[in-house]
Amino acid sequence: MRAHLRPALTLLLALMLLTGLAYPLAVTAVARLAFADQAAGSLIRRADGTVLGSALIGQGFSRPDYFWSRPSAAGAGYDASNSGGSNLGPSNAALIAAVQARVMALKAANPGAVGPVPVDLVTASASGLDPHITPAAALWQVPRVAAARGLDPAELRRLIGAATEGRVFGLLGEPAVNVLKLNLLLDQRAPRAP
Amino acid sequence: MTAEGILQILAYLSLLLLLTPPLGAYMARVMAGERTLLTPLLAPLERGLYRLAGIDPAREQHWTAYALALLAFNLMGLLLLYAILRLQAWLPLNPAGLAPVAPDLAFNTAVSFTTNTNWQAYGGETTLSFLSQMLGLTVQNFVSAATGIAVAVALIRGFARRPQPAGAGRTIGNFWADLVRGTLYILLPFALLAAIVLVWQGVPQNFDGAVTATTLEGGQQLIAQGPVASQIAIKQLGSNGGGFFNANAAHPYENPTALSNLLQSLYLLMLASGLVHSFGRMVGDVRQGRAIWMAMVLLLVAGLGIACWAEAQGNPAIAALGVDMSGSDLAAGGNMEGKEVRFGPTLSALWAVATTAASNGSVNAMHDSLTPLGGLVPLVNMMLGEVIFGGVGAGLYGMLVFVILAVFIAGLMVGRTPEYLGKKIEAREIKLALIAVLVFPLGALGGAALTTVLPSALASVQDPGPHGLSEILYAYTSATANNGSAFAGFGANTLFHNSLTGLAMLLGRFAIIVPTLAIAGSLAGKKAAPAGPGTFPTHGALFIVLLIGTILIVGGLTFFPALALGPIAEHLSLQAGTLFGAMP
Repeated sequence: MRAHLRPALTLLLALMLLTGLAYPLAVTAVARLAFADQAAGSLIRRADGTVLGSALIGQGFSRPDYFWSRPSAAGAGYDASNSGGSNLGPSNAALIAAVQARVMALKAANPGAVGPVPVDLVTASASGLDPHITPAAALWQVPRVAAARGLDPAELRRLIGAATEGRVFGLLGEPAVNVLKLNLLLDQRAPRAP
Repeated sequence: MTAEGILQILAYLSLLLLLTPPLGAYMARVMAGERTLLTPLLAPLERGLYRLAGIDPAREQHWTAYALALLAFNLMGLLLLYAILRLQAWLPLNPAGLAPVAPDLAFNTAVSFTTNTNWQAYGGETTLSFLSQMLGLTVQNFVSAATGIAVAVALIRGFARRPQPAGAGRTIGNFWADLVRGTLYILLPFALLAAIVLVWQGVPQNFDGAVTATTLEGGQQLIAQGPVASQIAIKQLGSNGGGFFNANAAHPYENPTALSNLLQSLYLLMLASGLVHSFGRMVGDVRQGRAIWMAMVLLLVAGLGIACWAEAQGNPAIAALGVDMSGSDLAAGGNMEGKEVRFGPTLSALWAVATTAASNGSVNAMHDSLTPLGGLVPLVNMMLGEVIFGGVGAGLYGMLVFVILAVFIAGLMVGRTPEYLGKKIEAREIKLALIAVLVFPLGALGGAALTTVLPSALASVQDPGPHGLSEILYAYTSATANNGSAFAGFGANTLFHNSLTGLAMLLGRFAIIVPTLAIAGSLAGKKAAPAGPGTFPTHGALFIVLLIGTILIVGGLTFFPALALGPIAEHLSLQAGTLFGAMP
């Protein structure tokens, strides 16, 4: 055993410097040079330089004149320093009761909506920070937002199309609407009431 | 399931198949110390490391010396990681000012990362400083994977060696050389490559600490960041799985796009799959590797079919509330609790199956919220001993243990001394193989059983009814299988569970590695008999069926009763409309 101590210790420390220090620093250097925006977290800033959010991180919305994101179990909701899902099991009565309450609340807030509520609007995402909703969930909210903004529903559907990220190579992933981007487009198109 | 879903899975499997031969050939050359494309770049570094450590890479070790070297290295890594976690508050790179990690959690985490498990009883962004993530965890992500590769290669050498005369040599390689080569030539370059691609796709890589945003509706959002890309590239590649963030690869910063998801899904299985091809090359008969690969891929596809179907069906209790769960061009539908829209049910189920086939344990959906059958597949994947590709190295040596059992059973049936690759499989090898096979249910079922009878341990269970039992089973199976994924509703961060899962992880790692190395040593000294007309061919369809049968019977018989009371009971109840727990 004694003969193994020197190689064990020296290799552990040397590999630690190589993989724990040199490797992440090398990645950081390349990332800064080649992809500075992504490396810094794809932040979106206002004209005055303050950070509005990240293009990749979802935000919670509750005003009727914005499109709403999915339910979130991250902290008190969309807490981007405490990610996570509800982890409720499929047969847990607490899960079904929560979904039922969400369905009722959504129906009450969207009297003009057509058809049943899309499933992603009433289930908590895995990260609690899902930036997306499905196109179906965005379209479902159009009557409410149109009424609150005084905009033509057809115009809103065009904005949803512009904020939809399709499948990569037409194959991978699922079509998804970035809610923050959609609401920013909405503010550009028709300034919200204060 | 939609046509798009099936196409995505076929695309994934085709890419995996295409990558396997070149990767396998490359790894076989690297581990034999032969020249490769990267030799001019890395050889000086490699020689420097040997000189520093005072070792001669050409000096081969007997299996006991090999095992001792491995244990010494891992023990030291464990102690060092524990020290870093306990001292992080006083070390640099701690912008969030996080406190030292509690002793039981630090023990659990240190064991978790040195055993290649990456069970996370902590939430990354709320518990660990950047220094702990980098110098602590990232290092073990590399060297624990390299340890796995080393053991697999040592076992392959046991089969491949042709001693003249019999008993001469009996060595299985040099652990230090295997460790260094695996890290430098295999893990480091592929991790670098993926890390850069992931940053391009949106994964952050900085040391800035959290950013405060004022949201569109005027709220405050504290956005945790850090050196994410470098860590998650290796955690996918090295079958580690420990995420930078609590939500792991479901977090949009860890896995922002379908492309990053594809890359990470491939990295889940790529090296393990390649090593099966390396095996064929190193024993001088690629057909042997192909047969094992086929057995693995058949088990993988069966699991994929069940899980993808179950998740696309969704939860009948939610459908009953009048929610739209149908799939269309505008929404993937299905079971979306604990899933991300950009992945939908298909890519979430694909990941869940791949990550548990591969003892990786990273997640892009919350397994606790999978449908009962969707959650059954990951559980079974782990219970089969993580041999469907499995962990880097660990999957292959686990599978070769099953191969030994399969040829033994075949030998019993025809009344011949079993042989594999010309080497006689005798009582000593079978005894050692059985230790490796039996350790696993001991940790998984023993830990779960203890939890169910101790009220204080049982308090960690979140969900009522059969799902609660699934949570317990999942926790101890995942720990013993060195997987690390969880039914995360289970409150694992208690003194009891931190200690017991820690022991289960150690058992599941080293009580399998040591017998495996002993088998390697024993085989290395045997002379190889040439194949005759009575030799059972181990590269054909019959052998593949026999191997799958052996895996299913050993796994199935051991775990079926527990599964019947957990996920299967939950599935039947849910179909009948029964829910558990009080309506709040």
